[in-house]
Amino acid sequence: MARKILTEHINVPGIETFDVYRKQGGYTAVEKAIKTMTPEEVVEEAKKSGVRGRGGAGFPMGMKWGFLAKPEGVPRYLVCNADESEPGTFKDHHLMKCIPHLLIEGMIISSFALGAHKSFIYVRGELMYVIRILEKAIEEAKAQGFLGKNILGSGYDLELVVQPGGGAYICGEETALLESLEGKRGNPRNKPPFPAVKGLYQSPTVVNNVESISNMPWIINNGGDAYAAIGIGRSTGTKLISASGHIQKPGVYEIELGVSVDEFLNSDEYCGGIRKGHYLKALVAGGSSVPILPAHLITKTANGEDRLMSYESLSDGGFATGTMLGSGGFIVFDETACIVRNTWNFSRFYHHESCGQCSPCREGTGWMEKVLHRIEHGHGSMHDIDLLVDISKKIEGNTICPLGDAAAWPVASAIRHFRDEFVWHITHPHEATQPGAVYMGEMALV
Amino acid sequence: MEEVKPQLLKITFDGIEVEVEPGTTIMQAARKIAEADESQGHLVPPAMCYYKPLPVSGGKCRACLVKVSAGSAKDPRPMPKLVPSCITQVQDGMVVENTTNQGVLDTRKSIVEFLLINHPLDCPICDQAGECHLQDFAFEHGSAKTRYEEERRTFDKIDIGPHVQLHMTRCILCYRCVYTADQITDKRVHGVMNRGDASEISTYIEKAIDNDFSGNVIDVCPVGALTDKTFRFKNRVWFTKPEDAHRNCDKCCGKVTLWYRGDEVLRVTARKNTWGEATDFICNTCRFEKKNTSEWVLEGPTKVKRSSVISANKYRADLVKKPDFALKLAATQYKKIDDSRPYVTDEETIRQQSIENNDKANHRSLLAKNN
Repeated sequence: MARKILTEHINVPGIETFDVYRKQGGYTAVEKAIKTMTPEEVVEEAKKSGVRGRGGAGFPMGMKWGFLAKPEGVPRYLVCNADESEPGTFKDHHLMKCIPHLLIEGMIISSFALGAHKSFIYVRGELMYVIRILEKAIEEAKAQGFLGKNILGSGYDLELVVQPGGGAYICGEETALLESLEGKRGNPRNKPPFPAVKGLYQSPTVVNNVESISNMPWIINNGGDAYAAIGIGRSTGTKLISASGHIQKPGVYEIELGVSVDEFLNSDEYCGGIRKGHYLKALVAGGSSVPILPAHLITKTANGEDRLMSYESLSDGGFATGTMLGSGGFIVFDETACIVRNTWNFSRFYHHESCGQCSPCREGTGWMEKVLHRIEHGHGSMHDIDLLVDISKKIEGNTICPLGDAAAWPVASAIRHFRDEFVWHITHPHEATQPGAVYMGEMALV
Repeated sequence: MEEVKPQLLKITFDGIEVEVEPGTTIMQAARKIAEADESQGHLVPPAMCYYKPLPVSGGKCRACLVKVSAGSAKDPRPMPKLVPSCITQVQDGMVVENTTNQGVLDTRKSIVEFLLINHPLDCPICDQAGECHLQDFAFEHGSAKTRYEEERRTFDKIDIGPHVQLHMTRCILCYRCVYTADQITDKRVHGVMNRGDASEISTYIEKAIDNDFSGNVIDVCPVGALTDKTFRFKNRVWFTKPEDAHRNCDKCCGKVTLWYRGDEVLRVTARKNTWGEATDFICNTCRFEKKNTSEWVLEGPTKVKRSSVISANKYRADLVKKPDFALKLAATQYKKIDDSRPYVTDEETIRQQSIENNDKANHRSLLAKNN
């Protein structure tokens, strides 16, 4: 049985209530941090742990905290990004729904470390029932003296606010989230200035993912070094993976980083293998934004090494033969999945969710979606494939926020690895538009 | 006693060194180069959304992306991505590549393509034609063909207030008018609704903008999305003649440009600088109601860039660089005429000869050779 940090007590009945959570050793980390440690020591533990941002970018959390500007007389804010809307990712939702006090405990410790007296949890607007769970948990914590004025008699005040999001994918981007939190339209800001210098209400702000913050209680209880000992290389600790698609056991799994992809996909402890009678065709390893991988590159890297579930191993080979761990949305496709249709579907999502602020993303996502729609519905022509590659190249890197990149990568990688399937859709429009028609490889290039 | 001067930062822009004050953006540095030497005007990155009088504008259209090949003297690493020159502040020792970098030019070409995807290209009936930033941008950097075969987005025309019409189909979502509204009023009723390529500039439930300065959104609009209803379809911009004028106005500075056709004032706009930016905002009374010459004090013809189409068909002594240019040209042309050619009447032969002599008869090539 692999080590669990976040989901250790998740199956205890009544864990969402304060009493049961406290009995399982909850809030001891808050007591330890606030009573015996200074904020600097907490930041130091986070740095030692090497925990990396779980929202997708994988930026070390301790380092991010270190960048926070600390001018005199200006409030600092901690914002928890719980606007999880990436297709294929549903880990934060699971964590907040089942064990809300873990996030709240993490928020208290992190806010203490950063010197924030007002912290926000920005929850995706569609998850109203989760917001109620969180608010109830906050009330319980406040009643027990872990939140509010003078926490545990230490003189440290913290107010925790749960804010429902406006229901936009783009509000998961940190600067758009801050705009939305300020009550404005959720448009990403130009960087610099970074949020660590000028964030919420023009004050220094740290934005962290739910899962990153939820790691803090364990790190405080057991030490940053103990956390760094788990995992492999610079990918320390454990990670929640939301597995979905054509597998035996879809769900949220906590893995130690460094488990091989083969083991995660096929062992009974995790996904339990591809559904019976079918075989693996493709995999999206980290949510819809990351490049898709074909079967032969999933369990082995291009060099023939075993591919592991870690930031480094998954991105081995760059985008030519690799992908990214991203936010951990593990989407598995068997041979009945049509890659063109799937790419069109992703593209439709990004077209719908583009904020419309900068031109390459606003116009490019719509263009790609329309061309893919045409190919999928049997009206494509051969130059459309090159056109798609060209559009994705022109969007990538030229936009304000990473949504442009996220829209371009799935399309570019699908064409890179499954070009023959696109060609088949164009050369066999009649067959391709039959219900449930999937390219089975009769045209496969050797 | 020595004067305390702010430390000037030295940057290299397309191989030209320039010293600027701290806090200057790359765009401003490039404009400084162009203002010092007019022949370098083509170096300035195009700006579709950036508008200097509106402090928060910029960074959206991505037309001004440039390559920073050295971040600063301290940290000479190149920046990984192209950066928007309108909002990126210069560092000492920064090296910027604009027209010298093929990647930048390619990106710019693609930005034109993206902007034109949902732009109707109805220039022949658009009031903005002739002073449209998108037209200039597409002419300089775009390609003549489009690769876009899909349906374009369309919207109905909306009246914003009694004087301004919004033609959303033409809009490139630069947000300039939104920031203008932010600047002139605290109770902004017009903004951007919806997302992505479906987003539109709108006033909630088509509520009219009730503000004395609302007309300025027409001036800031880089395309023909916001037009002056008192000028709609009255005339083409290049047939009208701009004259600077002023009047005593209790609301605004009263400094305007009057656009004449004959003796009639067709429209009134704010004065614009070399970069097409309004220098002072004017009020709606000056803009929409004062259309008689007797109400203004004329100052003289507005300086229009020679490259602008507005300067066509107008004689301006100060703009003609060489007064004897035409005579010289005529003389050289005259010498070129080959009198020894036989007199031909056969149509087919004439056509053949005209094709063969195409290069010789080409006016442009002659100009180039003789200058």
